[in-house]
Amino acid sequence: MSPKKFDVREHKLVPKHERVPLPEATEILKELGLDPTQLPQIRASDPVVKAIGAKPGELVRIIRESETAGKTVVYRIVVVG
Amino acid sequence: MGKKTGSKLDVEKIVREKAGGRLPERIVQELVEKLEEYRSKLDKKKIEEIVELTVREYESRLVDPGEPVGIVAAQSIGEPGTQMTLRTFHYAGVRELNVTLGLPRLIEIVDARKTPSTPMMEVYLDEKHRHDKEKAMEVAKKIEHTRIENVASEIIADLYTNSIRVVLDPEMLEDKGVTPQDVVNVIKKMNIGNVSLEDEYTILVELKEEGDLSYITRKKERITNAKLKGISGIKRAIIQTRQTENGEEYVIITDGSNLAQVLKVKGVDPTRTTTNNISEIENVLGIEAARQAIVNEIMNVLQNQGLDVDIRHVYLVADIMTHTGRVRQIGRHGVTGEKESVLARAAFEMTTKHLFDASVEGREDLLKGVTENVIVGQIVPVGTGMVDVYVDARGMMKNPPSGPGEGEA
Repeated sequence: MSPKKFDVREHKLVPKHERVPLPEATEILKELGLDPTQLPQIRASDPVVKAIGAKPGELVRIIRESETAGKTVVYRIVVVG
Repeated sequence: MGKKTGSKLDVEKIVREKAGGRLPERIVQELVEKLEEYRSKLDKKKIEEIVELTVREYESRLVDPGEPVGIVAAQSIGEPGTQMTLRTFHYAGVRELNVTLGLPRLIEIVDARKTPSTPMMEVYLDEKHRHDKEKAMEVAKKIEHTRIENVASEIIADLYTNSIRVVLDPEMLEDKGVTPQDVVNVIKKMNIGNVSLEDEYTILVELKEEGDLSYITRKKERITNAKLKGISGIKRAIIQTRQTENGEEYVIITDGSNLAQVLKVKGVDPTRTTTNNISEIENVLGIEAARQAIVNEIMNVLQNQGLDVDIRHVYLVADIMTHTGRVRQIGRHGVTGEKESVLARAAFEMTTKHLFDASVEGREDLLKGVTENVIVGQIVPVGTGMVDVYVDARGMMKNPPSGPGEGEA
């Protein structure tokens, strides 16, 4: 109905999501000492993942507003689903 | 010009450089703010010293590796939870609209129910509609689900003439913003017979097929429940005023929820509109929004009951619930039911079923979790139990240990 479709990334409940390029992703995993299966996941069908165009296997950086820390950065790995 | 303008001390830059990502944003900001107050007494070296002290203090307060944060969170939410009222209703300003709060609501959230027992939305309006009550009403009428039943005072089925008469209530029509012609159009679309306006507020439907009593009653039901306008699921929309960062504004509170559809309505501010249906948020806005919604909802319940629980415990709960990219309940069909360890699952529920299944499948238990190790009587991998001692045998041969303690008596 509305002329332009609402972008879910503008909703106040949705924190900033960014795609992480592969070289950087490997670096991050090394620094955290994790293998990808240990990361929290986000599905490829997630509305925000679709909006930023991330593909399964990619890392997504999420910058949350936190009441205690001000800002926190977390990573999720995109999984099929 | 002032005397001291020469010392251009960029407090923030110094703090950030020195902290180098070792402090969370919030503490950095607080620190900068405080230091600005005393800047006349400070130089670069002093600031750096203060930052170093802050970092040391901060790091000493971090959770230690191996600390059972989950148990701490469970207790921290559970104990105040015992003081919660068992059934609370809170009236969202209007008598007719009540919302489940208290313990039942808390259970609902951690159970990840598909629909809450009292679904509700807070619909915020865009710049054009939020300051004017009339305009807010317009939007409210657009989203409120209105059926013919809601605007009719009587619907009579007449078996003798094989017709149905709909008597409209002028007041209700006005209230819902519907004209008799709208109703006629809706019934015409159903294509069940000839529809005409008998007088201003009476509609006559002459059925085209002859039928018995049950046939005509079915048709009457269809007319009664026919949708005139609005969004399905929204049973009622109420206007409220609310104090926000935009000053006082009109907000629509709804009984019932349908996030996907309401966000599309013209006049609605889609960036702030929310629902208490977490499953809808997950589907429409994604898993991260659902995580935030879980946090907000749990904190809202706790605060409403006057319970002071640290938000970090709630963050942990929400993180675990959303770990797999979808919202899982804390319980048998979610977090607990998907545990890796056979023994841990068997200890929780349906012991024999889990053990039989595991033996049929030839499963292995690596004894990595807490429950499994309690069962077999080993040290639990928590706290100091996480630490193992490894002996570098080859290194010992090269450099035999010397020092106090051991040695000849």
